[in-house]
Amino acid sequence: MKPELKIFVKPKHITDLPNGTYYEAGHLVSKNAGWRTKRPVIEPSKCVGCLQCYLYCPDGVIGKADGKVIIDYDFCKGCGICAKICKTRAIKMEAER
Amino acid sequence: MDKHFLSGNEAFAYGVRLAKPNVISAYPITPQTIVVEKLSEMVENGSLESDFIHVESEHSAMSCAIGASAVGARTFTATSSQGLLYMAECLPYASGGRFPIVMMNANRSTALPWNIYGDQRDSISQLDSGWIQVYAETAQESLDLALLSYYIAEDKRVMTPVMVNLDGFTLTHTYELVDVPSKELADQFLPPFETENKLDLELPKNLGYSVGPDYNTEFKYMEHIGVRNAIAVIAQAEARFCEIFGRRYSGLIDAHLCEDAEYILITLGTIAGLCRETADTLRANGVKAGVLRLRYIRPFPNEELAAILKNAKAVGVLEKDISFGNEGTIYTNVNSALYKAGINIPSYNFIGGLGGRDITTENIEEAFHHIINGGKKVNFIGLVVDVND
Amino acid sequence: MIKLNAKTLREDEFFYGHKACAGCGGSLAVRIALKVLGEKAIAVLPAGCMSAVGFNFPHLCFANNAIISTFAGTASMLTGIEAGLRAKGIDDFTAVGFAGDGGTADIGIQALLGAVDRGDNLLYICYDNEAYMNTGIQKSSLTPFGAKTTTTPAGKNIRGNLKQKKNVFEIVAAAEPAYAATASIGYINDFIAKVQKASEIKGFKYIHVIAPCPTGWGIATDETVEIAKEVVDCGLWYLAEYENGEFTLNHKPKEFTDVEAYLRKQIRFKHLTEEDIQTIQRFRDAKWKAIYKNFKTI
Repeated sequence: MKPELKIFVKPKHITDLPNGTYYEAGHLVSKNAGWRTKRPVIEPSKCVGCLQCYLYCPDGVIGKADGKVIIDYDFCKGCGICAKICKTRAIKMEAER
Repeated sequence: MDKHFLSGNEAFAYGVRLAKPNVISAYPITPQTIVVEKLSEMVENGSLESDFIHVESEHSAMSCAIGASAVGARTFTATSSQGLLYMAECLPYASGGRFPIVMMNANRSTALPWNIYGDQRDSISQLDSGWIQVYAETAQESLDLALLSYYIAEDKRVMTPVMVNLDGFTLTHTYELVDVPSKELADQFLPPFETENKLDLELPKNLGYSVGPDYNTEFKYMEHIGVRNAIAVIAQAEARFCEIFGRRYSGLIDAHLCEDAEYILITLGTIAGLCRETADTLRANGVKAGVLRLRYIRPFPNEELAAILKNAKAVGVLEKDISFGNEGTIYTNVNSALYKAGINIPSYNFIGGLGGRDITTENIEEAFHHIINGGKKVNFIGLVVDVND
Repeated sequence: MIKLNAKTLREDEFFYGHKACAGCGGSLAVRIALKVLGEKAIAVLPAGCMSAVGFNFPHLCFANNAIISTFAGTASMLTGIEAGLRAKGIDDFTAVGFAGDGGTADIGIQALLGAVDRGDNLLYICYDNEAYMNTGIQKSSLTPFGAKTTTTPAGKNIRGNLKQKKNVFEIVAAAEPAYAATASIGYINDFIAKVQKASEIKGFKYIHVIAPCPTGWGIATDETVEIAKEVVDCGLWYLAEYENGEFTLNHKPKEFTDVEAYLRKQIRFKHLTEEDIQTIQRFRDAKWKAIYKNFKTI
């Protein structure tokens, strides 16, 4: 379970909008990628799969993948906590292209 | 027929019991206290299966009601005066969130000065909150409105909370013989509460969100339409009520001798009784007087008023509130209805009953004479001192 | 009850895609708590950072049921939600509130204590970033002594906030909840264990978690977790629990790290003099004297 990017079709008729302040949970319409000035880059050979970066990411964008980790760059804000917390220095913050 | 000798407050509690709310959250305040005391007795003796929550303030009472409504539970709360104002932040929260809560408000003056007696300044100050507002005249109507209000509020075309107003002391604490319908008939009348507008473990939702300048207007438009839709739903509800219980209500307004009336006095709540008696006396003396009691003021009965007033010579509005520096708010609403309908008759405002001041037969006769003979537009009636320089 | 850690925590993300500042401590607290509580968590958030960044129609960031309450009404809305579901025969859920400084200690304290008093079956988590951050870093009753905020500016006449931080954990404990605890996102496994423990207890549960705000505290976005650990290590925050009339200290530092080092890392404390720092140390020492006197230590 995770909030996901959806296509929000611009409403044309009043009935396209909910009749009340309720809506499906976890409905995302925009990415956070544009916030970054730096991006975390993982060096897989240095990663020991301790999962501390996954644990401490405030945005939850680091996921598990085959004993290592993978970053969702659509929603990473480039805060750098993962790079700081990594004990094996497997994550480096590089300038965003 | 199961007849009981009940006060307005007690009758309302009997009505709430028949509506079977899941959650009741309330904080005591004079003159509402009897309603919540009666309901807690009913919970204690097992005749009402409701969770009675002893909240620590009126703001929490409404906030709690919103929470319960947000999971699809039927909820009830009650308050008055200072309590209504303390929960004022939560009123547009409930209506904007489209939560069909029913609340009884015991009409009482608002401080300062402090005053525990009945006038209508509390509820009228909240006319723009988005709540449907109805004013009861009798204990019977109070009980019936408890059931009717849930039916109206929960209708999918409405989905708007309802405030039922009972005059403080003059209705909340006076007794009459009330027919209490059976549980079976009440269950026939009021369907269970069903809604999509709720937090749901099967289908998770996010509720109570922000809407910016991009769509806020459209949400408010839908809210406005919801209250307008109540007009048709009220008619439907009352027709169904009559079928099942045999009692007929008259919709947004309650007109007495208005068909051929030349001089009509418009008012709300319990004072309507004395107004009708006065009108009857005037009729006996050859004056074509009529009395129009507003039951619902939101939605406002613009068309209904226009239909009745179009043939009148002059109209007056007797109300228990004043919008300081201007006029009574009901007067403002009535004038707008007249103007929109192109009815160009003189209209006069009578501000009375503030802080529980009695409105007498003499006061009402004077009001009618003023309507007939003309004079100042906005009038404080029943003053006990001379206010002239 | 299996021990929850990075490996065993469910992989779902319930709070995702939100617009919190990069490095936001509050969002880490909410994210982790929901990963412990799971999809049956029904979250209430009052006006504050977490609701402001998570609920902007049509961009809605909670995968579980979540609702915004009025600023003062987190606890009372929670009470209504819990009662409403129970009345409909549903009891397999956790009603959890996530409120900040204001929603807990100031405008929200009346409703909070009302719910503790009623013993409602709720979990209330205060994410404490030590000011009203959402509205632009104004002083709250949780702002610590000496901190510069936008309503307690540090100037020549008055050097920042002169009041002590309010101890909501002990205030709530005095009302005898089923469980209360302090935590920090810098000691995240302790926070996880406490959320898990609370989720298994019936009655009113309170967790007060320090959640630093890089924007308001004046630190880099990657320093959030370290500063949240340091505030505990230097003794300005303590990790403890309250249960059955007893206070227990969970974490006993052998030796405190340097308070001045902790303070000097943050722009909000830049203006402090030597005397101010000594005052802060004295208050810390006095508090720890009381802790050792009144709390059980494991």
